[in-house]
Amino acid sequence: MLPFTIEKATSIQGAIAAASSGRRFIAGGTTLIDLMREEVERPEHLVDINTLPLSDIRIEGSDLVIGALARMADVAAHPDVQRLHPLVAESLIEGASPQLRNMASIGGNLLQRARCPYFRMLDASCNKRSPGSGCAAINGLNAGHAIFGTSNHCVATHPSDIAVVLVALEATMQVRGPRGERSFPVEELFRLPGDTPHLEHTLLPGELILTVRVPGSPYSRRARYLKVRDRASYEFALVSAAAALDVGGGVIRQARLAVGGVGTRPWRLGAVEKALIGKTPDRKVFETAARLAIEGARPLSGNHYKLELLPRTIVRALEMTGEAA
Amino acid sequence: MKSEKPFSDDAVQIEQNCGGLSRRAILLTVGGVAALAAAPTAQSISERPPTASTGRVRLVVNGKPHELDLDPRRSLLDVLRETLDLTGTKKGCNQGACGACTVLLNDRRVVSCLTLAAMHDGAQIRTIEGLEANGELHPLQTAFVEHDGLQCGFCTPGQIMSGIGCIAEGHAGTPDEIRFWMSGNICRCGAYPGIVAAVADAAKRA
Repeated sequence: MLPFTIEKATSIQGAIAAASSGRRFIAGGTTLIDLMREEVERPEHLVDINTLPLSDIRIEGSDLVIGALARMADVAAHPDVQRLHPLVAESLIEGASPQLRNMASIGGNLLQRARCPYFRMLDASCNKRSPGSGCAAINGLNAGHAIFGTSNHCVATHPSDIAVVLVALEATMQVRGPRGERSFPVEELFRLPGDTPHLEHTLLPGELILTVRVPGSPYSRRARYLKVRDRASYEFALVSAAAALDVGGGVIRQARLAVGGVGTRPWRLGAVEKALIGKTPDRKVFETAARLAIEGARPLSGNHYKLELLPRTIVRALEMTGEAA
Repeated sequence: MKSEKPFSDDAVQIEQNCGGLSRRAILLTVGGVAALAAAPTAQSISERPPTASTGRVRLVVNGKPHELDLDPRRSLLDVLRETLDLTGTKKGCNQGACGACTVLLNDRRVVSCLTLAAMHDGAQIRTIEGLEANGELHPLQTAFVEHDGLQCGFCTPGQIMSGIGCIAEGHAGTPDEIRFWMSGNICRCGAYPGIVAAVADAAKRA
């Protein structure tokens, strides 16, 4: 690990001021320390933000408001989250390991970096780590990589589970920076790689995530997260789906669907959602709609299987939703 | 390199000659000599100035307070093993994937390799060495013995610390639940049936 300094933030304003002059925030550290040890990340100055008052988890009306420093395990175990927003709890429990969930913060989870093996491998080409060096994954081992949102410069997936759920549920986030506070949809946090894959999010210099707000909705409790992976637990998704249905009078009134493991950012499937609305929630309808999911997909040499696995995962997630209703 | 062969003839010879020293102390000495010889090739040269210290960091480990002056780069794991000589906590992957370094940090199970000691001023830490009380093993330690929850034993301290967390969190109700909530701890000998049985048994007795 390269040398660095670390200081403790004593106020939100102080943390923002420190970050504005080039220091990096550290919260749970489970991604950052790992990557610093590999010298993929090389910050010279860290600001430890763990003691800032941003760990609150609360219900406001029907909305769930999660402090950026709340730990994954605490959000997942919160009785109100389990009762009113079970999809949030379910996706958190499907991520990482119990130890890591005790450490990792919600803000850090959203900002976690790619799990592409070449990103971690200093002697491999990687435009995300070393802009302009090329992408070793495009013609390399790419079974785990994206089929949506890719470019000729990067094909890495976004690895977060909770991010997929937050995008499906149209959650927003509140951030504060040197020029004040702003709020925007979580979906807008994530950039497509394009020709600048080293730029992964839309936060401005010095901006700190304060909270994530998940709106209450008719389908908050009729929603499921299905994660398909190489191991039964403690593994990143090959394909995952967050599905939510609002069913009334025997027909689907509204649908929400976002998928993980397939996009360079959490991927909302508006066309599939539209195809579900007004229909009877049965397997045939789910299958017909799910076929639309792979429109525009660009598979790589090693991940053609996702074209089949994705619609199947969506159908099963939608069926699980019905069971939960 | 000699440092990669802890059971070389040299080590055995020195151990026989120095009955009063621990095996670890001897290995450290032998390894140190080998590392010194290998230094010119192994050393990586950094352009950055050496890191300033973090100032005093206070850690209460197994009830015992320590005040340490640390390089900010040092993980909690390295401080436990190298500074405090609590080598029961194991370094497996050193990247948060295996769980061998699991300890309780303010009563929560964490992987000590992925956190900096400097971030935990004032924290209470419990390691495998802190479980025994009045000459008695912790009930989960006893259960691991009774159910053969190990083979080589390298992952065992992490399994036990994680198991204590798993039981305290209320996730040890059924074998399936235990398998899911213990999945952050890898056992390459495959002692999983015994581990699950030990955690289930200790949970019942808790």
